Amino acid sequence: MAHLSDAAVAKINEICDRYADERTPLMMILSDIQKEYGYIPLEVQELVSAKTGVSVAEIYGVVTFYSFFSLKPKGKYIIGVCLGTACYVKGAQQVIDKFSEILKIAPGETTEDGLFTIDALRCIGACGIAPAVSINGKVYPKVEVKAIPGIIEELRAEGGANA
Amino acid sequence: MAKINLIIEGIPYEVEAGLTVLEAARLCGYEIPTLCAFNHGECNRGSCRVCLVEVQEGRKNDAGEVMYGPQRLVASCVYPITPDMKVIISSPKATAARRASVELLLSNHSMKCQQCDKNEKCELLHVAKITGAREDMFLGTQTETTYDDVTPSIVRDTSKCVLCGRCVARCANAHGDGVLTFQNRGFKTIIGPAQNRTFDKAPCIMCGQCINVCPTGALMEKNDIAKVDAAMASGKYVVVQTAPAVRAALGEEFGMKIGTPVTGKMVAALRRLGFKKVFDTNFAADLTIMEEATELLGRIKNGGKLPMITSCSPGWVNYAEIRYNDLLGHLSSCKSPHEMMGSVLKHFWAEKAGIKAEDLFVVSVMPCSSKKYEADREQLKTRGLKDVDAVLTTRELGRLIKRSGINFVKLPDEEFDMDLIGEYTGAGVIFGVTGGVMEAAVRTAHFVLTGKEIEGVKFEAARGFDGIKEASLDLNGQTINIAVAHGMKNAKVLLDQIRAGESKYHFIEIMGCPGGCINGGGQPYVRECFLPNEDADILDTYKAKRAAALYSEDERQTVRQSHNNPQIKALYEQFLGEPNSHLAHELLHTEYVARVPFPEN
Repeated sequence: MAHLSDAAVAKINEICDRYADERTPLMMILSDIQKEYGYIPLEVQELVSAKTGVSVAEIYGVVTFYSFFSLKPKGKYIIGVCLGTACYVKGAQQVIDKFSEILKIAPGETTEDGLFTIDALRCIGACGIAPAVSINGKVYPKVEVKAIPGIIEELRAEGGANA
Repeated sequence: MAKINLIIEGIPYEVEAGLTVLEAARLCGYEIPTLCAFNHGECNRGSCRVCLVEVQEGRKNDAGEVMYGPQRLVASCVYPITPDMKVIISSPKATAARRASVELLLSNHSMKCQQCDKNEKCELLHVAKITGAREDMFLGTQTETTYDDVTPSIVRDTSKCVLCGRCVARCANAHGDGVLTFQNRGFKTIIGPAQNRTFDKAPCIMCGQCINVCPTGALMEKNDIAKVDAAMASGKYVVVQTAPAVRAALGEEFGMKIGTPVTGKMVAALRRLGFKKVFDTNFAADLTIMEEATELLGRIKNGGKLPMITSCSPGWVNYAEIRYNDLLGHLSSCKSPHEMMGSVLKHFWAEKAGIKAEDLFVVSVMPCSSKKYEADREQLKTRGLKDVDAVLTTRELGRLIKRSGINFVKLPDEEFDMDLIGEYTGAGVIFGVTGGVMEAAVRTAHFVLTGKEIEGVKFEAARGFDGIKEASLDLNGQTINIAVAHGMKNAKVLLDQIRAGESKYHFIEIMGCPGGCINGGGQPYVRECFLPNEDADILDTYKAKRAAALYSEDERQTVRQSHNNPQIKALYEQFLGEPNSHLAHELLHTEYVARVPFPEN
């Protein structure tokens, strides 16, 4: 656990303590860690294992089963492209392909500069505005392929400025 | 227990409530094929879908007549029985469904059956035969696979895995903190250590319990027969030693009843395989007791680290090094018996026999997969030579005997070689069962401290299969508290006491595998489907049957205490001096290293 800072260890211990009275606290702990840090590497799983008594093997199984959890850091902007039925028939595949083409990453991957992650989502309940894209919680309705370079440039400008 | 009436295949039966359909059918004499259901629900995930049957549930109406619902397919291994239920095993729909389940498993399976060491003992082939499954029914993409043969002990080949989850359950049940897990999701799911690591980069203790339960060849010991072949061909002087537990189970590889001791036939077979000498590791077990009992009494007298814990089980040593390395000072520094044997063979016996130590090749036949890892340890080299050069499991010896055309059952009984070393006592024999090392040590410690042999020889408190056994002995006014644990889940309780400074014990025996070596990760598979002539409760009784074989051999020995072994006495007089002497330390003792659970990958 050499890679974790003292602050991170303290934070994760604190998250584990939040659910000390729960009978099966694992999902809640992992969920909070995912929200706090954006990913759950093995070192963190070892720490959670030591705190909860659940084996690292089991925690790793849970983390890799649910797509909500991530083993690697995600980008600053998480581009969630809905591939649910309605979005799909409205051309969502072309939309996600365009994001992949411009950012040069496959769905699930993160750009080297750490700015973007592409996620393929199942129905996000926005069928009326298909094809829908959700970026860090902001929903882009009826996304056209030709609008995608503009969306990326806008985020890049914003993200770069803040960096 | 309440009884339930149900109808299986049109015939009414009465069985205990609370069972699954599969268990009820088995009690009534039906074999429903299954892969994942194992050992009274030890693994019952309903994951393999091979046990599908049709059921119709009944409910009594106001008039008391039984009204039946729709007839539907269920996984019998997880479906509970209800009153008046109809179970249909042989309908065309049920048989076709079971066949399709197996065919789907075969579609994602490496079909190199001919070259698979699991052939003949493969449960997937067994259910394929029963269901009539065709291997080429569904062709298509296969899951990306992992082949891990990095460690000397265990090979994991996920191309043969059916994702039943038995290994995951057994690892967690035996050791509390399981190493194996399902990872990823859907078609990409595989079983392995976290991050799909190789076993050497995970907190695996190499015990092989996962191998013992795997229905296919996905988890196997590493086959070392080729190493032995090469040594024989190279002209080396190849000798062999066998652990006590091997003789209690080897017969099973040749269809003999579980619990049949086959010591004489095993020796005869090993001679016919070309080993120049056939020694009994029991001799070194007696030597271990002399060293270990002396070490213990020294620690008690000189205020050394207590409790002292046995170090015979390499699975346990691995666990200590990985999980409890703050307690390594509690481990006895004694090498395990077969390593002591190797060391004595190369650095004492060889010279007497007129052989150069480097020309001697020592093979150990062990009930254990972890012994393969142990034999490769850097700390277990003496004067630059490995104490033991190759380790075969009981199962590998079975294969070797079959390959060589030896009709094992018809072999005569022969005796172990006993020139200078090799004679053994009853104390050495019982090392193979949980509590045995403790009992053997107590027999000797009793004599050393009181000057008298223990009354009736036996020490019953150490026997049996309770997870943790404990006792107190009064030896010449000195109270000695002892405990015995097997399987790391049980050991953990005692270790946490030591960590907390609350342990009241002087001496603890820990064995890696539940039941001790008789149930080691290299022992013959116990599978009801391949054992039609055994009792129905064989999964509950096989450990006790193998243990009984060892206890009966102990009873047959005229000398039953290690310190009374005449060759052990002579070894100390002529060579080692006394237990824990300088020379004994060089040849018979070892060191341990602290390791981390997940080293840099």
